Amino acid sequence: MNLLAQQLVNGLFIGSVYGLFAVGYTLVFGVLDILNLAHAAVFTLGGLVALWLVQTAGMSIWLAFPLATLFAGLLGLLLNQVAFAPLRKRADSQFSGLISSIAMAIIFEAVAMGVFGARSVRFPQGTVSVHIWHIAGVTITSLQVGIVLVAALLMVILTLFIQRTRIGKAIRAVAESERAAMLLGVNVNGIIASTFFISSALGGAAGILYGLYFDALAPDMGRSIELKGLAVIILGGMGSIPGAILGGLAFGLSEVLTVAITGTSNLRDAVAFTMLFAILLIRPSGLLGRGKMREA
Amino acid sequence: MKRFHRVFIAAVVFAVLIAAAAPPAFSAEAIKMGLVFSMTGGAAAYGATQKEGAELAVEQINAAAGGGLKIAPIFEDDASVPQQGTNVYNKLINGDKVIVVIGPTLSNTAKITNPIAQQIGVPVLGVSNTAGGITEIGDYIFRNSLTEAVVIPNTMKVAKEKLGLKKVVLFYGNDDAFTKSGADVFRKTLQAEGIQILSEQTFAKGDRDFSPQLTQIKAQNPDAIVCSALVEEASGIVSQARQLGIPKTVRIIGGNGFNSPALIKNAGEASEGVIVGAAWNISSTSPLNVKFVDDYTKKYNRPPDQFAAQAFAGVHIAYQAAKAAGTADNRKAIRDAMVKMKGLDTVLGKFAFTEGRDADHPPVVQEVKTGKFVVFSN
Repeated sequence: MNLLAQQLVNGLFIGSVYGLFAVGYTLVFGVLDILNLAHAAVFTLGGLVALWLVQTAGMSIWLAFPLATLFAGLLGLLLNQVAFAPLRKRADSQFSGLISSIAMAIIFEAVAMGVFGARSVRFPQGTVSVHIWHIAGVTITSLQVGIVLVAALLMVILTLFIQRTRIGKAIRAVAESERAAMLLGVNVNGIIASTFFISSALGGAAGILYGLYFDALAPDMGRSIELKGLAVIILGGMGSIPGAILGGLAFGLSEVLTVAITGTSNLRDAVAFTMLFAILLIRPSGLLGRGKMREA
Repeated sequence: MKRFHRVFIAAVVFAVLIAAAAPPAFSAEAIKMGLVFSMTGGAAAYGATQKEGAELAVEQINAAAGGGLKIAPIFEDDASVPQQGTNVYNKLINGDKVIVVIGPTLSNTAKITNPIAQQIGVPVLGVSNTAGGITEIGDYIFRNSLTEAVVIPNTMKVAKEKLGLKKVVLFYGNDDAFTKSGADVFRKTLQAEGIQILSEQTFAKGDRDFSPQLTQIKAQNPDAIVCSALVEEASGIVSQARQLGIPKTVRIIGGNGFNSPALIKNAGEASEGVIVGAAWNISSTSPLNVKFVDDYTKKYNRPPDQFAAQAFAGVHIAYQAAKAAGTADNRKAIRDAMVKMKGLDTVLGKFAFTEGRDADHPPVVQEVKTGKFVVFSN
């Protein structure tokens, strides 16, 4: 029983990082119907920049975290300006945007490689002081709790932001119909840019949390999570924020339980993706997807 | 105008003559040595110190050679992948026409690249390959790195004696030639020593999250965790094991992949008490080793690891073979001299090759204590 509880905690933790990462994907997709494939590279750079701020600039992680998140957000603006905005007038902007975002991902990764080197790098010892709790036979570290809390907090803020604020409402309006939003006086380009900013900032934050916990940051670490992020948003329902969170948790749990039961990580991805297919057969629009409603 | 042309042609002819004349004169007294290490990718942590160790050896040999036999080194990066290793081997052997190759860093790469050298008849001296099936590739393939098959049984024997191990868990990477063959030796040794294997858990290269496996391991309550992994994964395993609350009394016993200061640097406090079998220990007091540790530390501002020591020794072994054979460009003569080599003094101790062209010198068992590898004594 303890064993199962511990594995569930492990899954909850990795799942919340997946969820946070996938929310960034789904946000851009929900608004623009475009997949931003440079999201994983922003994830990587977020983690690496936070590391640089801590290690080289000597900042505390509490300062480095918001700064690196902000930096990731700015990368999102850059992405929008360079990879997406110039193509928006084209009839095939969804496809060409996808390709140009791959190009940006390669550039970002190359920059990360040039600046930080190819080796795995780590946050210095004691960047965050880690307490270890044993509750009813389950071991939880303060770092894990912190990461789940930060992820949950960011998601709550995001949900409130989207539902309550003026910009949030505008984002939803643009998602519904760009043209109608423009007629109503919404600054569509500004809204798209801010969507990219928020999405990338969340991706960067996920990268920092991932780097802090696994303690191994490398220029190619985004690749390990890129496909999972895509699977998570499909599982949760394209464009749905709560869906991305739920999908992330489901994915994390399935991975952990597969490894725990089989004792090997060979089947980890196979089982996760099989589950994805199974759920799509039963619910083609994903767990919390809204089907084709918005197309109307 | 015409006169200018003639002067120009004369100058070109002169330059070509000099260029043509110079290299043979030089190469007659310099061994063209190809050195293939993983400078980027997963094994970059090993490749970097290997290159430093080899560079130091070349520098010292050339400085001491005076007018005698020198080494002309050509360093290449195999990027930790066999494909790139193959490209680099083809370039070195067919393009640069090297006489001997040192490397590559990973056994995985060596299995693909070394047949190329064997086919053409270029001696290869591996300085870090420890998996099975490397020197079996052919009679031109050597290594000075003690194999897991020698180091691991020695490690387990000492660990069992000192810790009284009865039941352990075997944890290894199952998609890599090196970690897998290490696990095979561990399994065989554990069976021979009568230590029970509670379960076997595996992971894949590039994994960062080991908590599911470690949680299962913790529940089985083993006396020790026996682990075959490369240093990147090993660091994650060691630190996550302690984070999950596996007590320090449950020692983690590692193979050759654990034997790098990078483990201590990466895992920090968590690495205390990790037991690692090794071919070389920094605290060995032989004069040659003391001088090597001194020189290396002075040059690179940090102490050498086993990989640097083996690369350093490798360059010396190849050089001594060429010297004994009295040639700088006869590949076969150098190979034959390596076979005959006996009791050569190196930083690894008295060195010779076995009949199977594997390394023959005494192994050590070490543990991490206050952030350093020291000889294991409980």
